[in-house]
Amino acid sequence: MLRVDDLHVYYDAIHALQGVSFRVDKGEMVTLLGANGAGKSTTLKTISALLRAKSGTIELEGARLDRLPAHEIVRRGIAHVPEGRRVFPRLSVLENLQTGAYSQSGGASADDLERVFNLFPRLKERIRQKAGTLSGGEQQMLAIGRGLMACPKMLLLDEPSMGLAPILVEQIFAIVQAINKEGVTVLLVEQNAAMALAICHRGYVLETGKIILEGTAAELSGNDRVRQAYLGG
Amino acid sequence: MDFSSGIFFQVAVDGIVLGFMYALIALGYTMVYGVLEFINFAHSEIFILGAFVGAELLLGLEASGALATLHPAAVILMIVLAGMLASGLAAAALERIAYRPLRGAPRLVPLISAIGASFFLQDFIRFIESLWRNTFYLNYPTLDILDQNLTLGAAVEIPFKSVLVIFTALAMLAGLYLFVNKTKLGTAIRAVAQDPDAAALMGIPVDRIITLTFFVGGAMGGAAGVLFGLHYSLINPYSGFVPGLKAFTAAVLGGIGNIPGAVLGGLVLGLMEAFAASYLAVITNGAFGAEYKDVFAFAVLILILIFRPKGLLGETVREGA
Repeated sequence: MLRVDDLHVYYDAIHALQGVSFRVDKGEMVTLLGANGAGKSTTLKTISALLRAKSGTIELEGARLDRLPAHEIVRRGIAHVPEGRRVFPRLSVLENLQTGAYSQSGGASADDLERVFNLFPRLKERIRQKAGTLSGGEQQMLAIGRGLMACPKMLLLDEPSMGLAPILVEQIFAIVQAINKEGVTVLLVEQNAAMALAICHRGYVLETGKIILEGTAAELSGNDRVRQAYLGG
Repeated sequence: MDFSSGIFFQVAVDGIVLGFMYALIALGYTMVYGVLEFINFAHSEIFILGAFVGAELLLGLEASGALATLHPAAVILMIVLAGMLASGLAAAALERIAYRPLRGAPRLVPLISAIGASFFLQDFIRFIESLWRNTFYLNYPTLDILDQNLTLGAAVEIPFKSVLVIFTALAMLAGLYLFVNKTKLGTAIRAVAQDPDAAALMGIPVDRIITLTFFVGGAMGGAAGVLFGLHYSLINPYSGFVPGLKAFTAAVLGGIGNIPGAVLGGLVLGLMEAFAASYLAVITNGAFGAEYKDVFAFAVLILILIFRPKGLLGETVREGA
């Protein structure tokens, strides 16, 4: 479904991605693991065209994405839930969700809103509240819900567990798994490798801008290097 | 001391008229600042361009004889809309030509470009008017109805043109409020102002929304220009400068980037100016006359900003990452 081939990205003189290639198949849930600064977020931002690659290609279902502007990417079916949630703090919960449906010709449909509220009942309770006043967990729910409002074929999730209590992380991961079971392909970037490998089918390990390992979740969980570096021994 | 209620009321009306004028202009500064954190210093010329387009249309109608046959309300609506359209398009064009190519440059560079655009527009208007009319001082043709007074009670009369400014401004502000808060495009403007990258991820075409913001802010300035011309009659290509500067001050006073703040800031500044002009001499026993009104108004502004540096309605903290 998504195919990334030999991606090179620079921040000025820094060579942040040095030939990254990977694929995500339809219906799959795939994780990108790696330490801070390995290039995980850079990879997601390049897919959504917030960053431009110097070379390399990105294809979704055979069609090139890497020359499109950012606002076109979501129309092609990729919703990106960014690191740090990035909800619009002075828009209400409802307005944030409506903004998520900006690419939909009819705007936010009642069915789509209902689907998000079924996944995240808390959001319905806080529908008129400004997003900036929500707790971190609620903001993460809103960020994911906002992404789903675009009715994506594929969801890019950047560190959804960041700064959340373990119980909330489990909740959110369970919901992500449910979304994937509904047929949305997921590419998940995580620091919490144990959680990510527990729910994903396959994974890739990034180190200083290069993919150094790939395999099924079981293979990676059993790999010595992964255990030492990311699973705490 | 003459604080008789009739004069007091008339000074208040003058202040409100002036304040709404500043408010409409201030919206252009504040909306653009909201999305780009950039001060469009050419906005004072966008404003006066609206005044000139309105004047030319009115003069055209007068010359063709249509002015006498049309209903004055239709005439006013027509020139306000023409001023809005011209100023809105000019502001949008300015963004594309003078600001967008400099988007990644250090902050001072687009500011210099804005100052250049301001000079360019002044001289462009002067050039066209000089060619066309041999003078660049224009007098708004009088509409009879505007010279009449509305009598309220025994001693109070309000010039009809003041009523026109107040009601037009209120209608524009209500329209803007609905547009910004209740429509998809308005919500997109707010989203871009709060987080342009996240907005792009939602499929919002950020560049187009920025151009739209310039258009809407410019159109508000253009409407203010036409009202300015109808109210004060005489305009020249340089008469945008002082109202523009004061409207910018009003935007900062209200909290730059904040739309209700621009309106509040405009009204506070307009009222202070009007009251200072009328009462400064009385209060100080003649030591300071009306010509010190700006000194007084700005002294108060500086005091307010010392205690509320973010402006009256400014955000105290920027939420989020």
